[in-house]
Amino acid sequence: MSVNDNEPYVTADGRKIGGVLMEMKNITLRFGGVKAITDISFDIREGEIRAIIGPNGAGKSSMLNVISGFYIPQEGEVWYKGAPRPQMKPYEVAQQGIARTFQNIALFEGMTVLDNVMTGRLNHMKTGLLAQAIWKGKAQAEEVENREVAEKIIDFLEIQHIRKTPVARLPYGLKKRVELARALAAQPSLLLLDEPMAGMNVEEKEDMSRFILDVNDEFGTTIALIEHDMGVVMDLSDRVVVMDYGKKIGDGTPDEVRNNQNVIDAYLGVAHD
Amino acid sequence: MSAAFLNTLEVMANGLMAGVLYALVALGFVLIYKASGIFNYAQGVMALFAAMTLVGAMEGRVPFSHLINAVFGTEVHHFGWHLPALLGIALTIAVMVFFAWVVQRVIFKHLVGQEPIILFMATIGLAYFMEGFGETMWGSDIKTLDVGLPQGGSFAIEDFTATWAAEGERYYGMYIDNLDMVATVVAILLVSALVLFSQYTKQGRAMRAVADDHQAALSVGINLNFIWVLVWSLAGFVALVAGIMWGSKSGVQFSLSLIALKALPVLMLGGFTSIPGAIVGGLIIGVGEKLFEFAIGPYVGGATENWFAYVLALIFLVFRPQGLFGEKIIERV
Repeated sequence: MSVNDNEPYVTADGRKIGGVLMEMKNITLRFGGVKAITDISFDIREGEIRAIIGPNGAGKSSMLNVISGFYIPQEGEVWYKGAPRPQMKPYEVAQQGIARTFQNIALFEGMTVLDNVMTGRLNHMKTGLLAQAIWKGKAQAEEVENREVAEKIIDFLEIQHIRKTPVARLPYGLKKRVELARALAAQPSLLLLDEPMAGMNVEEKEDMSRFILDVNDEFGTTIALIEHDMGVVMDLSDRVVVMDYGKKIGDGTPDEVRNNQNVIDAYLGVAHD
Repeated sequence: MSAAFLNTLEVMANGLMAGVLYALVALGFVLIYKASGIFNYAQGVMALFAAMTLVGAMEGRVPFSHLINAVFGTEVHHFGWHLPALLGIALTIAVMVFFAWVVQRVIFKHLVGQEPIILFMATIGLAYFMEGFGETMWGSDIKTLDVGLPQGGSFAIEDFTATWAAEGERYYGMYIDNLDMVATVVAILLVSALVLFSQYTKQGRAMRAVADDHQAALSVGINLNFIWVLVWSLAGFVALVAGIMWGSKSGVQFSLSLIALKALPVLMLGGFTSIPGAIVGGLIIGVGEKLFEFAIGPYVGGATENWFAYVLALIFLVFRPQGLFGEKIIERV
C-alpha cells in the first residue's frame, strides 16, 4: 500500500495515521532577491512523524518558520485542518494548536523548568483577569488542572529532578528537553521541532529520538521535524521531504527517499561534466 | 525613654514613610523595565500628567481651553461641574490606559528589537512631549489636588507618644503626617496586588515570559502588543497613585516630574528588575537620608538630603552593580 493515498492506515508498529492535517501548496518565500523556498508543496498527516531534511542552507528552517507564522510566504497557501489559513501572527498560529521548538533554544532563562512548562498552558487558561481577582476558586481549579498536565509531561520527559531549577543553570541537552516539554504542554495538534538533535552527543541523540517516538506513540501527536543528520531521521519518521537549494527534490517513505538518485546526489555531491 | 531616643525614632518613622513615596515612583520604572527592557525616563512626567488629568477631571476644566480660546476667540474654561474623587480617578485610569495604547501603537511597536539606548532615547522624547502636551491640555498653573486624603499631623499619635518620654523631660510627642500614613498603606496594598498579579495570574505569567524572551513568548501564543499595552497601563496606574500622593502633599506642578530623579538612586540600590527591591531601596534611602540629615547634617551645614541618596547609590554601583535584589549579571567569557 502506498502511503501517499489520503486514506487512514495503520503502521507496522500499530500507530494510526489519519487524513491530511496540514498542506503546503506551492509555497515560495523570498528575502529581497534571494529565493529561500521555491514552489514547494507537501502535506502532513494526522498522527505521523514527518521529517524535512536537506543539506545546510536548503531552506528547511524557513519552511518551519512559514508553518509557524514567523515568515509570510510571497506565494502559495497553507491549508490547516481542511481550510486555507489566513495570514496570521506567530502567536495566533500558536493559539491554533501549533507548538514549536527552536534550533537555538528559546526558553525563559530566568524562570524555573516548571514555570517554563506552565507557560505552554497559557492558551488553555480561560478565566479572565477580573475573575482571577474576584472568584479565586475557579481560577485555582483551573491552575490545578493545568498544573497536572504540566507535571505529567515533566514526568514523561524525565525532568522531575530539575523541576524547580532555573533554566539558565541547565546543560544544553536538558534545555532541549525542557523546550520540548513546554511545546508539549500546549497539547498541540501539530508539533514542530527545529533540529531537535543539533549539537548533541550520540547518547543524547538516542534519548531525544526515544522521547520523540514516545510522544508520538503515547499522545498521538503529529510531529514535523527538521534535521540534517540523515541517519537519525530515517529511523524516526514515517515520511520524509528532502529539500536542496530551496527546492523539493524528494518526498516519500525513508526507503523511497534513500534510493532517490536526486537525494543521493544532493548529499554526496555529483560530478559536473 | 529619653527624648533623644524618641526624636531618633520620629526621624526614622518619617524616613520610612518618605521612602515609601520614593518606592512608589521607582515601582513604575521596574514594571516597564522588567517587561520590556525599556528604562522609562518618562515615568515622572507620567505621574505629573496623571495628577494634572485628575485635577482637570475633578474640577471640570475644559481640556485645551487656552488653545481653543486663542483659535476661536471663545472664553471657555470650565464645564461647570465638580466630579467626586472616585469618578475622577476612574476617568484618569481610562485616560492612562488609552495613553498606554497610543504609546505602544505609535512609538514602541516600531522599535521592537532596537538597542536599549534607542528605546531610552525614545522615552526621553516621550517625556518632553508629554510635559508640553499636559500643560497645553490643562494649563501650567500650580493646581491643588484634594481627593479627600487627610492633611497635617496626627494629633492622636502626638498625644499618645507624648507620654512616652521619661519623667521630667520636655517632650511634646511625635509629628507624623497623616498623608504619609495613608500613602504607606496604599503603597503596601499596591505592591501586594502587583506581586500577586505577576505571580499568580495568567497575564502576570505572560508578562514575565515576554520580559524573558520575545521569540519564545510568541511561540507559546502570547500577544506581545497586548502585554506591552498592559504593562504601560500598569505603569500609568502606578504613576497615578504616585501623582495623587505627591500632588496632595505638595501641589500639582512641574517639579512633580522631577521625583523621577529621586527614584534613580532607589533603583540602583534595589535593582532595576525587582519589585521588592524597589520597596526596600526606597525605605533605605528614605530612612538613610533623614537620619543622616538629623545626625550629621548640623555639622556640615545641612541640606544633605539633596545629595545623600546619590552618594549612597554611587557606593552601591561600585560594590554591587546589580543592586540588592537585581538579577546577577553573569557574562560568559
